Amino acid sequence: MSERPVVEIRGVTKTFARGNVTALENIELELHPGEFVSLIGPSGCGKSTLLRVVGDLTPPTSGTVTINGKPARQAREDGDYGIVFQDSVLFDWRTVAKNIALPLEMLGWDREKRKARTEEMLDLVELRNFADHHPWQLSGGMQQRVSIARALSFEPALLLMDEPFGALDEMTRERLNLELLSIWEKLGSTVVFVTHSISEAVFLSTRVVVMSPRPGRIAGMVPIDLPFPRTVETREDPRFFELVTQVRELLRKRGEHLLPEEAAELL
Amino acid sequence: MTRRIREWAPALVVFVLVIAVWEGSIAAFHIQQFLLPRPSDIVKTFWTARHTLWPAGWYTFKEALGGFFIGSGLGVLAATIIGRFRNFGTAIMPIAIAANAVPIIAFAPIFGAWFGEVSPHSKSAIAAVLCFLPVMVNTLRGLQSADPRQIELMRSYAASELEIWRRVRVPTALPFLFTALKVASVLAMIGAIVGEYFGGAFNALGVLINSDATIFDFVTAWAGILVASLLGLALYGAVVATERAVVRWAPDTRDA
Repeated sequence: MSERPVVEIRGVTKTFARGNVTALENIELELHPGEFVSLIGPSGCGKSTLLRVVGDLTPPTSGTVTINGKPARQAREDGDYGIVFQDSVLFDWRTVAKNIALPLEMLGWDREKRKARTEEMLDLVELRNFADHHPWQLSGGMQQRVSIARALSFEPALLLMDEPFGALDEMTRERLNLELLSIWEKLGSTVVFVTHSISEAVFLSTRVVVMSPRPGRIAGMVPIDLPFPRTVETREDPRFFELVTQVRELLRKRGEHLLPEEAAELL
Repeated sequence: MTRRIREWAPALVVFVLVIAVWEGSIAAFHIQQFLLPRPSDIVKTFWTARHTLWPAGWYTFKEALGGFFIGSGLGVLAATIIGRFRNFGTAIMPIAIAANAVPIIAFAPIFGAWFGEVSPHSKSAIAAVLCFLPVMVNTLRGLQSADPRQIELMRSYAASELEIWRRVRVPTALPFLFTALKVASVLAMIGAIVGEYFGGAFNALGVLINSDATIFDFVTAWAGILVASLLGLALYGAVVATERAVVRWAPDTRDA
């Protein structure tokens, strides 16, 4: 943990002029290399907004975000992160392979390099046989795997995921959870994962950040000490249930508007 | 292939039925030739008058084609400019939509005065004006229909406006553009022929249909209409074929 943080969020506040809503208030958070951090909270707690601020897709009203020691804007321009949204956001006019290669095209990779990497990624998400299909020919789960392959294709140090499995059925979701973990273990990237599923957050993460709404604040953090590799059995581990309960308790206190020092105690 | 046949069969049956009823009712109700000729006579004249009708059709078709390309081209260009400069768009769009309600064909005599009553240019001009607005309005709508999440994704790659335009807006707009081009292909033929009703070269299809009708040679007029329809269909078909070649990704143009 002595390494330079991958992401440093310092005093980030975000207010929306329309409706005078404070989406985020004085957020402080650090992510270290190789961490898998979930942001969890009820809708309206600003977790997706925080992710978008980290990705420099929306500016904070005050405060700073630093990625790999650079301002968020510079990091975005340098291609320091990959992003996955709730919907796969695939381009219908591109084949699966071409969708995965899109960021590589943007980075100016030559054809040979693109092709080689695309094939690697297709193997990683087990879609080799669907390279020439169009997105509408794929199931929702497969589309989301393409989207993950696209986000990882250029090996970003940081992966931002905004409820990536929220629109999928429970079975597909659990399978993709396992796949995501095995990819993460293979690549060693740092992940920020937004979700509203407690069990998903506990199962995937090394740390769960619980957020409370109106204004969006960090209500507490739960380090997840479940051993890796995590498997189907992990979900039946008594420790898993303890951690789920801990996160749930924190979520329940959301109405009490914890002060920052109280939140710090919960660490 | 069998699927193709199954898809086309109902339309073919209806077509044959309509022709048969048409042919039969003329005999049954003793409808006079100049009111409504028999389909068989129309087809016969289509063949016997081929040396005048077909070249006339080709002449008019070229006028329509010229107008189609000029009008659609300008429509795409205008949509591109308006789509790029938002303020410009807010100023222009209400006017464009109001202009769309103007019966442009009413300008035909005026275009004759501007570009020459006999000249093919005045007909192309009418066709072009008819094509312009639907193409512009639809293309603009297409350019503005880009998925905001796709644009956001492109921003995460630090894409420039030009790259977003090329990789997101244009592909999104293409199906909209082709829908407009199909409408425009029909309008272009209408524009050229109606333009010729107000005067044109002696060997133009609209002029022939008009003069045949004046001398009560309705069979030839109908045969001329048949030529116009076939050419209109050909242009429409060419647009559809181009669409299938360009918009290969769309689920509704896939071949199973």
